[in-house]
Amino acid sequence: MSQRKTFSQSKNSSGYKDLTGSFVTILKQVVGGKLPVDFSYHSVPAPWLQIQLLRILGLLGKDDQRTSELMYDVLDESLRRAELNHNVTYAILFECVHTVYSIYPKSELLEKAAKCIGKFVLSPKINLKYLGLKALTYVIQQDPSLALQHQMTIIECLDHPDPIMKRETLELLYRITNAQNITVIVQKMLEYLHQSKEEYIIVNLVGKIAELAEKFAPDNAWFIQTMNAVFSVGGDVMHPDIPNNFLRLLAEGFDDETEDQQLRLYAVKSYLTLLDVENVFYPQRFLQVMSWVLGEYSCLVDKETPDAVITKLYKLLMNNSISSETKVWLIAAVTKLTPQAHSSNIVERLIQEFTISLDTCMRQHAFELKYLHENMECMKRVLPVNKSCEDMVVDASLSFLDGFVAEGLNQGAAPYKPHHQRQEEKLSQEKVLNFEPYGLSFSASGFTGRQSPAGISLGSDVSGNSAETGLKETNSLKLEGIKKLWGKEGYLPKKESAIGDEAEAQPIPQESVIMENVDQAITKKDQPQAHMQSKEEKEKQLLASSLFVGLGSESTVNLLGKADTVSHKFRRKSKVKEIIKSGETTSTHNMTCSSFSSLSNAAYEEDYYLDTSQDRGDKGLKKFSLNSELLDSELFTALPMVKKPSNCSMSAPSLFADNNLEIFYPFPSTPAPAAKEISVASSLSEEPTEHMHSDLMEVCSNETISVLSYKIWKDDCLLMVWSVANKSHSELKSANLEIAPAENFKITEQPECCLPVMEAESMKNFQHSVQMEEPFTEGTVSGFVNYEMIDSHSAQLEFSVTVSLLDFIRPLKISTEDFGKLWLSFANDVKQNIKMSESQAALPSALKTLQQKLRLHIVDIIGNEGLLACQLLPSVPCLLHFRVHADVLALWFRSSCSTLPDYVLYQCQKVMEGS
Amino acid sequence: MIKFFLMVNKQGQTRLSKYYEHLEINKRTLLETEVIKSCLSRSNEQCSFIEYKDFKLIYRQYAALFIVVGVDDTENEMAIYEFIHNFVEVLDEYFSRVIMFNLDKVHIILDEMVLNGCIVETNRARILAPLLILDKMSES
Repeated sequence: MSQRKTFSQSKNSSGYKDLTGSFVTILKQVVGGKLPVDFSYHSVPAPWLQIQLLRILGLLGKDDQRTSELMYDVLDESLRRAELNHNVTYAILFECVHTVYSIYPKSELLEKAAKCIGKFVLSPKINLKYLGLKALTYVIQQDPSLALQHQMTIIECLDHPDPIMKRETLELLYRITNAQNITVIVQKMLEYLHQSKEEYIIVNLVGKIAELAEKFAPDNAWFIQTMNAVFSVGGDVMHPDIPNNFLRLLAEGFDDETEDQQLRLYAVKSYLTLLDVENVFYPQRFLQVMSWVLGEYSCLVDKETPDAVITKLYKLLMNNSISSETKVWLIAAVTKLTPQAHSSNIVERLIQEFTISLDTCMRQHAFELKYLHENMECMKRVLPVNKSCEDMVVDASLSFLDGFVAEGLNQGAAPYKPHHQRQEEKLSQEKVLNFEPYGLSFSASGFTGRQSPAGISLGSDVSGNSAETGLKETNSLKLEGIKKLWGKEGYLPKKESAIGDEAEAQPIPQESVIMENVDQAITKKDQPQAHMQSKEEKEKQLLASSLFVGLGSESTVNLLGKADTVSHKFRRKSKVKEIIKSGETTSTHNMTCSSFSSLSNAAYEEDYYLDTSQDRGDKGLKKFSLNSELLDSELFTALPMVKKPSNCSMSAPSLFADNNLEIFYPFPSTPAPAAKEISVASSLSEEPTEHMHSDLMEVCSNETISVLSYKIWKDDCLLMVWSVANKSHSELKSANLEIAPAENFKITEQPECCLPVMEAESMKNFQHSVQMEEPFTEGTVSGFVNYEMIDSHSAQLEFSVTVSLLDFIRPLKISTEDFGKLWLSFANDVKQNIKMSESQAALPSALKTLQQKLRLHIVDIIGNEGLLACQLLPSVPCLLHFRVHADVLALWFRSSCSTLPDYVLYQCQKVMEGS
Repeated sequence: MIKFFLMVNKQGQTRLSKYYEHLEINKRTLLETEVIKSCLSRSNEQCSFIEYKDFKLIYRQYAALFIVVGVDDTENEMAIYEFIHNFVEVLDEYFSRVIMFNLDKVHIILDEMVLNGCIVETNRARILAPLLILDKMSES
């Protein structure tokens, strides 16, 4: 065993699962002291190797019960052995705790690990305390109650003279923030912010404060003041999303209109007082925010006439220290206020001064203001009062240019080609020989060339929205709010569904136990030493109770079915949710599921989603369709882990129940007919699958075994089922089927793949779920079967199966309205005209072909135009608009993926030609 | 992953630097001065781990010599902290006293222990084996 065994294991551990056993053995040997003595460091055997192995085990066991079970023993032993009081044993312990909380949970181990954290946190050595805080920060995301145990230590660290400790503590507090303790935590963060000078820390912390403030703000005044602090400290280094989100929040408002007005009013007032202060320098970004808010909402303040605001803005404009970008914001604000002002002296002066400005941008704005000022009618139309968040109708498809394009084409202009296609063509011209496989060919006969279908006015048909409007969320998995899948008790949703009704009653006592613990902890300390306590300690406890409030208690409230009552103050309107990109820290989804305080609540909500999505899924299976709402389809992809176990049993291969039997019969070299009957009978047992599936096909065979395969087009993946039939009269030992990893594919083995012995004349099934990583036209999945005959001669049989793009295309059920929104949000489009044969030159038949062969979902049919939608698994949507004109079919694809339209188009062409 | 390994004296002069991630020469000097500044300003009671930009510094002081290691946030701080000590123990075993005139050998030792930013060898005997062979060759 060499210590040089280092593994730079990638995040994707699925390919290495089979190595778990060896890692566990190695670790066991190391921990058990089997290594030569010179590997020891301060009488600890090879500590860095242990750490490395523990880290690898953590990666392997993540979310995988079967693999995790293999390592429980060795982890337990590691925790036990690492008792020597030396720094390096603490390093091992830390890694152990990390691993225990990363893998599939086991309650005994979790308890032991939690005890270990206590050792760290309570240690007088500062380095260990730091490690303890770090471990706690990690662990707390899974088990918030641990924070309660160590609350006093956390408070101490918060006031630690070492800023590093403080920062780590703030990081911890950031994770346990909820609506009740937000004010205290944010106050602590701001204190730290004022002390620190390093830019990186400021940017980081300011982002966190802004995120928390948006999520949990208790009232308007607090929110505005906190954001003021954020803007003035964060200044020009902070992330530009922060002011943008803040302004959007103000403009779009929340559910309650009067509340919105009050927030805006408060913002205006606070900015006016801030601007009154003489000789204060505000960062440019802050001034920009102020000028926008003042420009939009000054009219809400009655007594403060817009004139006064204009005077203030004018003063700022004349200030030399202000950048020209900010000046543009200021002048825009003045322009908005001009129609409301009574006297126009200052405005005229301003126009006079800036129409001769050397800055061309300023000059242009000044001239615009001048024109609008002279023409009040126009002004009112261009800048209506308090309408900043009304939607503008933007025709992103530029359909009004279609006539122009058609005219150009008629006069012989070259049709427009999108960028990627031009690049492809350029590449293909450069090559003398085309070595590419027949993937994409656009020069096939029968096409009249690319042409913009003139007169298509889809953009104006659908409810117009700004180009930004789009369900960009579909592009990425949403992981927030799905955190609490793994808990101390195991796999929560699954468990609940197993226990059923009892589950709802069960967690409540637990939560209340935690609550009692808190109370006891506080009261215990209070009672005996109440009079001995110094003021300082009391203060600390007060702080503790304000910091850790809501950690245990709030979830009980939620469990009583009042999940909605704890809604956050700044919950945005649902409309906004669609607009905001996911993945950003300030995303609205964060807002709806408060990251931590109602974690358990989140888990229950999730269960609800899970149940409903499964219900729908079941229905959907029959019709072979996805949910009608994109959001739900997202849930599907987000929870494949949850779905798989149930689906596996359901789709257990038993195709032979129906008419596929005939295909099974023509065995080329079957020695005995009896074999067939047995194998058929054995596979008849399970219930029939409800998914669509391909015909059974023999992929390889020899005199002893034969491998048959079919594809099941499941909603969330492509499931390939291999049936290995033993045709011989003797049993086979250690028959195994393996699929080679292939480029472009992500192949996951379904459980029960390994079987030691295969009886004579029997049949076994293997399943692999296949996901595609990048669009392509066709690929192959290859693998091999190896087996050992009873006379111990082993053999191997290779096979491969072609998989095409079509195997990964699923219908996307959306409404016409959603279609319109999506359509506008996608940038990649491809247009193509196809000539059709006489027989199918009608809309219905063409539609039918596309629907059946390509599995596209028909969204709507308007006259001779049709809207279709599909998605590439896991969730890349592709939309198709098409129009039938005489015998020409004008196809127009759009998608969020740049290459997908081309591939789908290619499939369409094939289908239309073939039929 | 280990990003860089520095040996600095109390005056702030770099004695040895080794980078496991490409960094331009002029940026290295800048980084080194800042790193040293933040390490020198800390007292004994303070934590030996410093958060610096998006990575972490782990330092240890031996008389007038500082050893500073920069790592990314996936690394176990305490393991690195002890690794520094292990490194010093190896140096101690090989050089009886002054090491500053034999920097090439320190480099050889470090290369035995860290490869591509990962700890690969911590066994003292094995680290020193190639160096001892080299010595034998130069003697004969």
